[in-house]
Amino acid sequence: MKKTIKCRKISRGKATGEVIVTQDPLSFLGGVNPEKGTIIDPGHGLYGKNISGKILVLPAGKGSTVGSYVIFQMAKNKTAPLAIISLNAEPIIATGAIMAGIPMVDQPNVNILDILREGDIVEVDADSGIIILLNSHK
Amino acid sequence: MYLTPEEEKMEAGEYGTAVQKAMEIIIALGEIYNAERLVDITSAQISGVSFKTIGDAGLEFLVDMAIDARVIVPSTLNPAGIDLERNDLGFSKEFTEKQLKIIDAYRKMDITTTCTCTPYLVGNVPVKGDHVAWSESSAVAYVNSVIGAKTNREGGPGALSAAICGKTAEYGFHLDENRKANLIVDVEDEIKGVDYGAIGYLVGKAVGDGVPYFKFKNRSSVNDLKSLGAALASSGAVALYHVENLTPEYKEALQGLDINDLEQISVDRADIDKTRRKLSTSTEKPDLICLGCPHSSIEEIKTIAEKLEGKRLKNQLWVCTSIPVKATADRMGYTEIIEKAGGKLVCDTCMVVAPIEELGFQVIGVDSAKAANYVPSMCGLDVVFDDLQNLLDFETPETKLTKNGVIRAFKNL
Repeated sequence: MKKTIKCRKISRGKATGEVIVTQDPLSFLGGVNPEKGTIIDPGHGLYGKNISGKILVLPAGKGSTVGSYVIFQMAKNKTAPLAIISLNAEPIIATGAIMAGIPMVDQPNVNILDILREGDIVEVDADSGIIILLNSHK
Repeated sequence: MYLTPEEEKMEAGEYGTAVQKAMEIIIALGEIYNAERLVDITSAQISGVSFKTIGDAGLEFLVDMAIDARVIVPSTLNPAGIDLERNDLGFSKEFTEKQLKIIDAYRKMDITTTCTCTPYLVGNVPVKGDHVAWSESSAVAYVNSVIGAKTNREGGPGALSAAICGKTAEYGFHLDENRKANLIVDVEDEIKGVDYGAIGYLVGKAVGDGVPYFKFKNRSSVNDLKSLGAALASSGAVALYHVENLTPEYKEALQGLDINDLEQISVDRADIDKTRRKLSTSTEKPDLICLGCPHSSIEEIKTIAEKLEGKRLKNQLWVCTSIPVKATADRMGYTEIIEKAGGKLVCDTCMVVAPIEELGFQVIGVDSAKAANYVPSMCGLDVVFDDLQNLLDFETPETKLTKNGVIRAFKNL
């Protein structure tokens, strides 16, 4: 069964992959190791986990504006997330995703943090403003 | 959001990938803040320059951008982590090399590499009503409030994107309805010098990202407003303030508002003195005095030179400024006076963005509330906030008799 969720394009592109989901806002500066793609903020729900090559699903970004450059650096290091889904985009991650060429959407028309679980497969089509659930745990 | 056919072409990549990426960033910011359209800008001030703040990640981004990105409006840079021309300050070779690469990338993009937080003192001066994209918080406060041009507090990549496209999204302080006052600050006593920074710090905490409207007992100078705005923008997120009978939009700031509905606070001498004490984390004599946050104007350098003439400092002293102002100070003889007293005129950088914590200093003396706010957190050092004359520590002169009469000399010369 495929379920399609409407959302808003922030950064162009399409990607299909496994999701990694957090309820916590994330600061890329100091919160993520750009060499490895692991979450290094001990206070974060994804502490110790790797976001490389995953579709990162989070409420929003936070922290230093230098975080935008960190996302770009991760893309160069090939440690960046495959795509980003945010409940509400804020300038730091939005700018970073565009700089890095990572597809990003926000404002999904359902609360996606309640629907998605780690390991679910989704397609993010930022250009069409949709998220397609391909293989859900449910 | 509405885009003109020209803007659509920019987004579609018809002017190359740098313009396309820059346009995407501008549009995304516009979407996030519910802008209806873009506006043309006449000037940009770009932050994200010191290697200390943007690191390898920022350096890599800028080197890539410099391949084909060029700015199309007059644009200036924020301070860097080093003085680009002097090498006697003690910064490491690695830091210096990376910093110079960052500057070179910006230069290739046609951004004027006067690395200063006071672009308005060195020729980047829009006119009232212009839309601009500035990203140094103290300069944002100045250009909005004292000049009356319109900008939000841009981030580094946002301002760079705006400079590349000559456009920014119309939201926030670009809209007149958001430029009204929402807090009246009645200052009950006459103020001068570091009082402005202390008041800025105090009010910034109270108002957050609001728009304060000041009633002062005495008239303020450009230098006073420079200190006030820097402090407001560092303890709070103030982008715009008004001063009654002084700044260009003070009348419009209250138009259509019922003053009785606005929050009002009063500030007196006791509040100011309490804030002044609170901003110091130490009572020791500073081993390094750092002036010029925001960068010193020529009038401020003249005042410093007058206090130092014929004397010899025990503390080290940096007077941070921009290269055009230093060139003027050289010609006026102020640089020579300051250097003879043991101080240095340092260009392109400051105590907040330079890695001064690597140089072995413990206590930094400042006359800027913004610097007092940031030095403990950004450099991990103690800070003393006071008027310049109270920070200075002079050698005692010895009197010597010579064949030709009495001369006064200093022990450590």
